[in-house]
Amino acid sequence: MNSITAIFRRELASYFATPLAYIFIIIFLVLSGVFTFYLGNFYERRQAELAPFFMFHPWLYLFLIPAVSMRLWSEERKSGTLELLLTLPISLRSAVLGKFLSAWVLVGLALMLTFPLWLTVNYLGEPDNGVIVAGYLGSWLMAGGFLAIGSCLSASTSSQVISFILTLVICFLFVAAGFPMVLNVFQGWAPATLVDAVAGLSFLTHFEAVSRGVLDVRDLLYFLVMIAFWLLATAIVIDMKKAD
Amino acid sequence: MITVDNLKKDFDGLQAVDGVTFSVSPGEVLGFLGPNGAGKSTTMKMLTGFIKPSAGRVSLYGKDVFTQAVEAKRLVGYLPEGAPAWDDMTPERFLAFVGTVRGLAEPTRSQRIAEVIKLLELEPVCGRPIEKLSKGYRRRVGIAQAILHDPRILILDEPTDGLDPNQKHHVRELIRGLAQDRIVIVSTHILEEVTAVCTRTIIIANGRILVDCTPAELEARSRYHKAVALQVPELDEQEVTRALGALEGVLTVEVSPNHAGRYTVVAQEQADLFQPVCQLVQEKKWPVEEIFMERGRLDDVFRQLTSSRKNEACEARVA
Ligand SMILES: Nc1ncnc2c1ncn2[C@@H]1O[C@H](COP(=O)(O)OP(=O)(O)O)[C@@H](O)[C@H]1O
Ligand SMILES: [Mg+2]
Repeated sequence: MNSITAIFRRELASYFATPLAYIFIIIFLVLSGVFTFYLGNFYERRQAELAPFFMFHPWLYLFLIPAVSMRLWSEERKSGTLELLLTLPISLRSAVLGKFLSAWVLVGLALMLTFPLWLTVNYLGEPDNGVIVAGYLGSWLMAGGFLAIGSCLSASTSSQVISFILTLVICFLFVAAGFPMVLNVFQGWAPATLVDAVAGLSFLTHFEAVSRGVLDVRDLLYFLVMIAFWLLATAIVIDMKKAD
Repeated sequence: MITVDNLKKDFDGLQAVDGVTFSVSPGEVLGFLGPNGAGKSTTMKMLTGFIKPSAGRVSLYGKDVFTQAVEAKRLVGYLPEGAPAWDDMTPERFLAFVGTVRGLAEPTRSQRIAEVIKLLELEPVCGRPIEKLSKGYRRRVGIAQAILHDPRILILDEPTDGLDPNQKHHVRELIRGLAQDRIVIVSTHILEEVTAVCTRTIIIANGRILVDCTPAELEARSRYHKAVALQVPELDEQEVTRALGALEGVLTVEVSPNHAGRYTVVAQEQADLFQPVCQLVQEKKWPVEEIFMERGRLDDVFRQLTSSRKNEACEARVA
């Protein structure tokens, strides 16, 4: 536990030692504002809710999360600090968790800084704050899923660019699996269980319900299992490819 | 006590380490010597538990590096090749992080950090990001990190690489000072380092141990071991050579092509030439400027051991 905390703190400090954290937070805030007000027709809807804000989060994460996750392990590999880290008396599990948590907290921080939007809807009307809290929770969990995928792909290469692109592609597949368009392709011929399975794998499917304020244990579990699975995969990839 | 048993590492068909076996006891400073690509770093990476061997075992004070990884790693301080460090941290924070992960609690941690900073003379750069440091400081930060928890085993991969002569000297002094009742393993491709700091050397080439002996024994393997060198200018070269060559126990007499008047009298095995050569000099009243007995030339042994493949197999058996 002690070493997870130490790694977590070191990582978080290193995000803020470079402009990366600030740039990420600013871009996140600007884009979520742009999406919400322009694309989401926040005002025209005349409804005191944050649905248009949350609606765009999968797309926002799709591009922003790989930028955060790409350096998680690629950089350690490239600079040789992986060797230093893994010869310290810590378990690989602690290292993977500590690093993941720091990135997850960074995204959580960016998410929290969108609080003016929440203040705005409360000023304009009487939103269901329970739904909004659920939306934030769901969004953060989804970010965790994206980050865990990014962590695994970052572990597989010493190039941050490759890590970014791979993460983008895989995350896109996980988002797109829930598109009606994609599902229609399967609908004609595939058995219903397969269609459900594909839809069930999608971030969109699970996030949609949560962002509407419907907190289903299965949706929360889905994200937690995704995170656990990809972090386990991260550890396996590092263990296998340590020497490269 | 470190025991390494038949350690092998195969990188997709390339046998980087090929059956290395040795053990080291506290108080020994073991030098891993070998040309680039010999497998020194790969061996060290396996000793410290970074990479898994294809075969063989490593045990550090009875702890298996792979089945009891965390316990084994606690015993070791390690400077990886190239002294990697997190560039955005300052040496102070870097050491604090390593100290925390190594389980040093306050106030011991701060005390130890202050001690190693003093020992490695890092005061001027303590608060500067590591990426801005010169190569010499960077390497010293890496060494500081390795000795921070006062480890029983210290493994340093090319600790003096890239340092200037003063810094090299300083680091060697430091390693010698650290050696008491500790196990130190250093790798190097610099021969003088072995005589300067090690009590024992293992020469490794193509992943195999060629020789495992003390630096003195290594020198004894040189054809120049107990050779007598003398400096006599202003004399006929042929005459001197003939006179020296006539002495009993002389193998050959070499004349240096670079230094005028520099002769090396190479001894036959076991022969002691110093007295006979001195007598000859007195008889002939040669104006000798310098005369001394060589201990042996390491580079000569090293080249001889590592150059030909045939030699290798035979030397391995001898060792
Ligand atoms: N990760 C790796 N993948 C493939 N080959 C490697 C790897 N690391 C080292 N090697 C090869 O193994 C051999 C030994 O390398 P190394 O242990 O670094 O030598 P040294 O430290 O003695 O210079 C070299 O031929 C090197 O190219
Ligand atoms: Mg090396």
